[in-house]
Amino acid sequence: MLSSIFVHTGPASGGWTTYPPLSALRQAGDGQKIGTDLWLISMALFIVSSLLGGLNYISTILNMRTKGMSMTRMPLTIWAMFFTAVLGVLSFPVLLSGAILLLFDRNLGTSFYLSDIVINGEILPNEGGSAILYQHLFWFLGHPEVYIILLPAMGMVSEILSVNSRKPIFGYMAMLGSMFAICILAFLVWAHHMFVTGLNPFLGSVFVLLTLLIAVPSASKVFNWLTTLWRGNIRFTPATLFAIGFVSLFISGGLTGIFLGNSTIDIHLHDTMFVVAHFHIVMGVASFFGMFAGVHHWFPKMFGRYMNNTIAYIHFWVTMVGAYLIFWPMHYQGLAGMPRRYLDKRGWASFNQFGDTDKMITVVSIIVFAVQLMFVFNFFYSIFKGRKVTTKNPWGANTLEWTTEINPGHGNWDGEIPEVHRWPYDYSKDGRDFIPQTEPVGENESKH
Amino acid sequence: MTVNTINIEPKSRMHPHKFTMWMAVASIIMIFAGLTSAYIVKSNQASWKAVVVPQIFWLSTLAILVSSFTLELAIRSFKQGVMHWYRIMMTITVLLGAGFLVLQWMGFTELWAHQVTFKGSGAGQFLYVIFGLHGLHVLGGVVTLIILLLKALAVKQRTSVVSLQVTGMYWHFVDALWIYLLVFFVLIGK
Repeated sequence: MLSSIFVHTGPASGGWTTYPPLSALRQAGDGQKIGTDLWLISMALFIVSSLLGGLNYISTILNMRTKGMSMTRMPLTIWAMFFTAVLGVLSFPVLLSGAILLLFDRNLGTSFYLSDIVINGEILPNEGGSAILYQHLFWFLGHPEVYIILLPAMGMVSEILSVNSRKPIFGYMAMLGSMFAICILAFLVWAHHMFVTGLNPFLGSVFVLLTLLIAVPSASKVFNWLTTLWRGNIRFTPATLFAIGFVSLFISGGLTGIFLGNSTIDIHLHDTMFVVAHFHIVMGVASFFGMFAGVHHWFPKMFGRYMNNTIAYIHFWVTMVGAYLIFWPMHYQGLAGMPRRYLDKRGWASFNQFGDTDKMITVVSIIVFAVQLMFVFNFFYSIFKGRKVTTKNPWGANTLEWTTEINPGHGNWDGEIPEVHRWPYDYSKDGRDFIPQTEPVGENESKH
Repeated sequence: MTVNTINIEPKSRMHPHKFTMWMAVASIIMIFAGLTSAYIVKSNQASWKAVVVPQIFWLSTLAILVSSFTLELAIRSFKQGVMHWYRIMMTITVLLGAGFLVLQWMGFTELWAHQVTFKGSGAGQFLYVIFGLHGLHVLGGVVTLIILLLKALAVKQRTSVVSLQVTGMYWHFVDALWIYLLVFFVLIGK
């Protein structure tokens, strides 16, 4: 993919969805020449590699758990990785099928996606193809993909909120059930990206129903995160702040999803800035927040040092406030009908009123970008110069990774790997702050 | 990674490699599910052009069916320690697998000779893509079988029964997948 930047006709320019017919026709522009082929081939390689990775996760989780680690004693992070891998293994191959057909259309003269094309008065010989077919194959992956990105963040947030509020996760089984439900529904909602492609309105209404159903497991997860925090003894570490930020963004972005999931409202809102705002808040910023939370939380395990808290707090607050300043106004722009992907909107009188808003968004974007550089600096600086970790388990967490040495050697544990006796969320139990998973259950121990 | 630190209870657990192969099979099924559902959607359009599946594909079906059988015999001989039968059966399996690919290629050239080219988007073009992709999966299987055969012929190489069984699973899968695809094209291609 990087090499396509250096070919003389430039990199792929079909947009991230690479919809045909434009992406299938070399005549459509410079970016549709060799750049698009390189892009498609690199995507195929990426798909194969993520499939192999997914297979490894699933097999390891189902077959190679340590003694005593039953499925319902697994940390939610691992559960989330498991569901992510299942989604990937079953949805990515379909994108591969779509990409193969596109490669055939581009290079071997087939017309799977092409029909009735006229370029500059010249009629192309392609017939019988359907550009919409590509969209079906693409979005069959495309929708599960947003959960592939979001589920690991959800898993890490669950873990981090429980550890840092010193309380058991609220509704462990509900968390599993909601992730499972999201996993199933993810495969049944792809056509909500295609409401305005001429999709049969009745079919559309079925997809509306299935789409809105996702609100149920999502709300269940939000409820559980809030109740985990409720009356907890919360430590506001950077990881906790990013985890709470994730919940906030997930609520904001999730609510606008209910607008877009309605096929009738979508006729007005599709391809406007409203979509940009929804998508970037819930899948972009929220999943980045999950990643930031995870990096701050597990950094001591990864490198035996802490990240700098002052930089982390600045990074969090500027990004949090900045994200809302950038994306909140975009919802109003979208409601007013302002389209996405336009470079210059000054030609339209109705969008001129948003000129100043756009300026504000641009300034905030630059500031927020600069703050991300602080995070990158903090990450690399702390690897070498960060404050050293002095105990094995600095957060007082129950999961197994905190029972290894500060700088674990090959195989993580000397000798036998530990046996697990309990779930990972025994916090503030029987007068004790936390009870690691490796500790056998006592005779008089109370039940959670 | 040393094995003694992995603390798996041996009872009733499937070997992780076999399990991984099952998941890989599920993943490959999704590729062909995607392509065959695209085919079904397209075949309902007015401009659809059907294709007559050449007879030679039935011959290749026979080749791959027999090869599944001989591979099973090879695995059985390996388990019983009858190594010369194992070598013979593996050789026959490799030859049948390679023969399958040759027959597929002959089927493609026959179709091409009947003016079914890459032009258009009917059943013929889907056939090239779907059978071709299946052929690539068979090719992967043949390469694996050749490696196992070379190991069997060499003096000091040892093969684990699990890797044989995993290869067997994959081979039976591409066999079954082929039968599904052929039946699919014969029934829905018209």
